[in-house]
Amino acid sequence: MASTKELRTQIASIQSTQKITSAMEMVAASKMRRAQDRMHASRPYAEKIRAVIHHLALAHPEYKHPFMQKQDQIKRVGLVIISSDRGLCGGLNTNLFRKLAKLMGEWEAKGLEIDVALFGGKAVSFFKRLKVNIVAELSDIGDAPEHDVMLGNIKVMLDAYAEGKIGKLCIAYNQFVSAMTQEPVVETLLPLDPGDNDDDIKYYWDYIYEPEAEVVLDTLLKRYIESLVYQGVVENKASEMAARMVAMKSATDNAGELIAELKLVYNKARQAAITQEISEIVSGAAAVE
Amino acid sequence: MAMTIHVDIVSAEKAIFSGKAEMVYAETVSGEVGIAPRHTQLIAQMRPGEVRLHNEGKQDEMFWVSGGILEVQPHQITVLADTAERADDLDEARAKEAIERAEKAMADKKSSIDFAKAQAELAEAMAQLRVIDKLRKIKK
Repeated sequence: MASTKELRTQIASIQSTQKITSAMEMVAASKMRRAQDRMHASRPYAEKIRAVIHHLALAHPEYKHPFMQKQDQIKRVGLVIISSDRGLCGGLNTNLFRKLAKLMGEWEAKGLEIDVALFGGKAVSFFKRLKVNIVAELSDIGDAPEHDVMLGNIKVMLDAYAEGKIGKLCIAYNQFVSAMTQEPVVETLLPLDPGDNDDDIKYYWDYIYEPEAEVVLDTLLKRYIESLVYQGVVENKASEMAARMVAMKSATDNAGELIAELKLVYNKARQAAITQEISEIVSGAAAVE
Repeated sequence: MAMTIHVDIVSAEKAIFSGKAEMVYAETVSGEVGIAPRHTQLIAQMRPGEVRLHNEGKQDEMFWVSGGILEVQPHQITVLADTAERADDLDEARAKEAIERAEKAMADKKSSIDFAKAQAELAEAMAQLRVIDKLRKIKK
């Protein structure tokens, strides 16, 4: 049996770990709330721009932007991957990477080449070990992700698409379903899905473009993709915080259980030591008599 | 009652305004436009400046946008602003400061990129001040 002193230090060390995990849980909970607010705040813009894009798909523009054209033969696929910067958030990143590894395997089997743009430290360190072509990376996004810092990463991919280097652009991130569930998702960004517009060919119309169709559409579509990526980053942030909160909560609970078990062993050992001491004294006294 | 058109103003960070107006004025890159209900479809790039909503018998509502996209459908106007504020929330002192800063940056231009950035900042701050001035005149 371990000595009481050893047990005492062990319990103390687990207690300090528990203090840290419970603090992290609380921090994650408050950060999650803020991340959720940010997620909701950026939603109106995303919804409105989606509506405009939908209108655009219904119009009959003379000018077809490259983002709206499908390539006949896709040889190369672009993939934007959003992960967290830090670990200790359960299986959040692992689940996403596992899904991606499977998907990328399927693509490779089809003979497609893959370019990836990475957001977040975890994705950077994971995909560096794999043999994939990393075209852009960004880590240390921070708790309040800013639009500007992401633009570089997005631009690399958009340019590659406009030049015809990649025939498809996808985004992968963890969707925030609720505080308890986060779902890894992969969505197609480009080519833009024109949607179902069969019913709407009742009459023929097109926008008046100011200054020119090319310029306006270029700005609009870029903004659209940027807003989708931003939404993905913000959502992934909320997912990260939620996952961390849950992971830290279970770590705190586990530490509590461990402490209870060790305390039991410790008390038994202490009791045994006392009993032994008494019996020693009694037998000593008996020997004197 | 006069005809109205539904207007939504959103910026990347939040929804700024959603409501009806009889006439909407906005600044596009090629000049100011006035849009009445049942206007034909229009999609335009905006420059830094004001968006003004006019309703008969009410004070005009003013917003400041730093640029973005204006989409017009016959019964709906959507302003997708990069950043937007209600004109009442604009801070004159801060706008003036921004102008000074931008002018300084332009004076000691190091590279053409910095210069372009400073110029854009200057245009934004000037537009803010214009909106504040206008708002003040209306209130008097």
